[in-house]
Amino acid sequence: MSTQIKSSIRFGAIAAASLGLGLLLAACQQNPPEATQQNGYRGVALEQVQSPKILAKLAEANQAPEVVPPGDRTGPRASQVYQNVKVLGDLSETEFTRIMVAMTGWVAPGGVAGSDEGQGCSYCHNLNNMADESKYQYQTARRMIQMTREINSNWTNHVGATGVSCYTCHRGNPIPAQTWFTGGGHPKNLADGGGWIGANNGQNLAGKHVGRASLPADPFTPLIQFAETIRVTGKTALPTAKGENIAVAERTNALMNHMSDSLGVNCTFCHNSRAFSEWKDAPPQRVNAFHGIRMLRELNANYLAPLNTTYPATKLGPEGDAAKAYCATCHQGAQKPLNGAPMLGEYPELGAPRP
Amino acid sequence: MGLLTTIDYQNIFTRVQVRGPDDLGVPIAKGIYERGTKTSHNYWFGKLGDAQIGPVYLGVWGLLSIACGIIAIEIIGLNMWASVNWDPVQFVRQLFWLGLEPPLAKHGLNPFIPLNEGGWFLMTGLFFTLSVLFWWARTYTRARALGMGTHVPWAFAAAIWLMLVLGFIRPVAMGCWCEAVPYGIFPHLDWVQAFSIRYGNLHYNPFHAFSIVFLYGSVLLFAMHAGTILAVTRYGGEREIEQIVDRGTASERAALFWRWTMGFNASMESIHRWAWWFAVLTPITGGIGILLTGTVVDNWYLWAQHYGFAPSYPPVHPPVVDPALLPGAR
Repeated sequence: MSTQIKSSIRFGAIAAASLGLGLLLAACQQNPPEATQQNGYRGVALEQVQSPKILAKLAEANQAPEVVPPGDRTGPRASQVYQNVKVLGDLSETEFTRIMVAMTGWVAPGGVAGSDEGQGCSYCHNLNNMADESKYQYQTARRMIQMTREINSNWTNHVGATGVSCYTCHRGNPIPAQTWFTGGGHPKNLADGGGWIGANNGQNLAGKHVGRASLPADPFTPLIQFAETIRVTGKTALPTAKGENIAVAERTNALMNHMSDSLGVNCTFCHNSRAFSEWKDAPPQRVNAFHGIRMLRELNANYLAPLNTTYPATKLGPEGDAAKAYCATCHQGAQKPLNGAPMLGEYPELGAPRP
Repeated sequence: MGLLTTIDYQNIFTRVQVRGPDDLGVPIAKGIYERGTKTSHNYWFGKLGDAQIGPVYLGVWGLLSIACGIIAIEIIGLNMWASVNWDPVQFVRQLFWLGLEPPLAKHGLNPFIPLNEGGWFLMTGLFFTLSVLFWWARTYTRARALGMGTHVPWAFAAAIWLMLVLGFIRPVAMGCWCEAVPYGIFPHLDWVQAFSIRYGNLHYNPFHAFSIVFLYGSVLLFAMHAGTILAVTRYGGEREIEQIVDRGTASERAALFWRWTMGFNASMESIHRWAWWFAVLTPITGGIGILLTGTVVDNWYLWAQHYGFAPSYPPVHPPVVDPALLPGAR
């Protein structure tokens, strides 16, 4: 065989192998694997890179529940009809019943698997005496209704007119699927017991709540609960005062990772690609996110964290704290929770208490 | 397998392996150690380059460097392993996430701090730096012993400069060991990202830009040079050094190719100076950029705007203002 024929065969073999490998890789990819949507001036990387396949799955997973038919708003108030109604007493009897029915489906349709905590109405109520406050779920639900009304009436700069209902977070679970405890699930190690080796400063493991990065696993305790400053970028071109160190910047980075992950968006959904700290040229969504962070601080401080004394010990986190909310609690991977279904429009009962 | 010709013999994945008598190298002046004489051959090494392994010269610098390097890697590795409670499965599973963090901010530049609050990190830094410096001494003394120039040690020194800026010079200038880079695969990458965010986008740091120019330039020069030499190997072009003083047809064809395509050609010698300087300037300029960050400039974006280095773009969104500045902000 001449050298020329041999090299042709070799070339053919390499070409066939390359083509085969290409086809193999192509078979693992969907088409298109990622779609890019521009959301800023051209050429400055202001764009959302998202997978249509994942977006479709998220849209499917974030369907709003069927609406319970609205009730008559007139007639005597629930507080006059029923005993011990401390919240939602301003609703009509039909409206009140409607919310109770809806809540049952939103929060406890099946109760907790393998527990004797009851399901449906009995998850919160003593069926022999519906006004009995003794179940911790009853007390919690009362506080949660107050929280929902607080969100829908005082945090419209985050939730707009869309509003939230119990379902926005609960999705049929007695405890919302995505919450956080102090520590962020970071396992304890030798260093926590006063050891002399292996300290990892609460980071350097695949952080469950921070996009599986090795960033601090719990940026929420300092930045949400204790409302420490999130803004770490230098405020002036030249140094004027002692700025934040890199460990503090990593904490902010971790919180931002969580936000990005929770909403299924890139950094530039809210930020100017050239300078994350600059408000000039930032997409307007950043304002919404700003209020979201403030909302979480208030809700956790006033509603969720204090429930640690209401919950049984089995429901508490490793540090004895109550489950708290962060972006993922409502958003659950979607840019708009429940694909933007108008929860307040459908359930005006959950708005501000009526006089 | 045919004759050993320049067409059959290629540098990587060659079908023909050259296995001459062991080559112990040129005679050199006698040092305190006898030079090594042990050599062997390896088929797979022969696939990549020269099949002969050894003789290796360890020497005092080499031994010191390896000893310090082992200590540094042991401290890092044991801390990583301890951080998952000595669980071997988690150690392997999370290896890319594990790290050894620099000292806590409260310790400033104090070198005597608890092991678990940065003491291990400082010890690692000491032994790691010593290891690298000893290795540098090894490259320098070995180059000298062979009567070579010291281009390789000085190129290595350029990389050491960047390493020292990141782990020692800049932290000292900032007054805190906490500014150093953690050891660990993802931890050091996260550090880079947080560093850029903290200082207003490192891409507006002109020395970062220079460093990228030299880095990409190095890649370009590498590809141009390697491509040229491989392309004229059939005319003896891989014997570059002979071609410098006794220009042959390989050199002439290569030169004409570049004059045809871009009007100018480097010479057989100057291309290596181009490559050396581009490579060396990558960490030198990068190190300057890092050293200026936080010490002289606190926000590169604002700095670049001030000097007209960062452009302004037409607005796309309705303007937004920082809600924290509005009345009633909470």
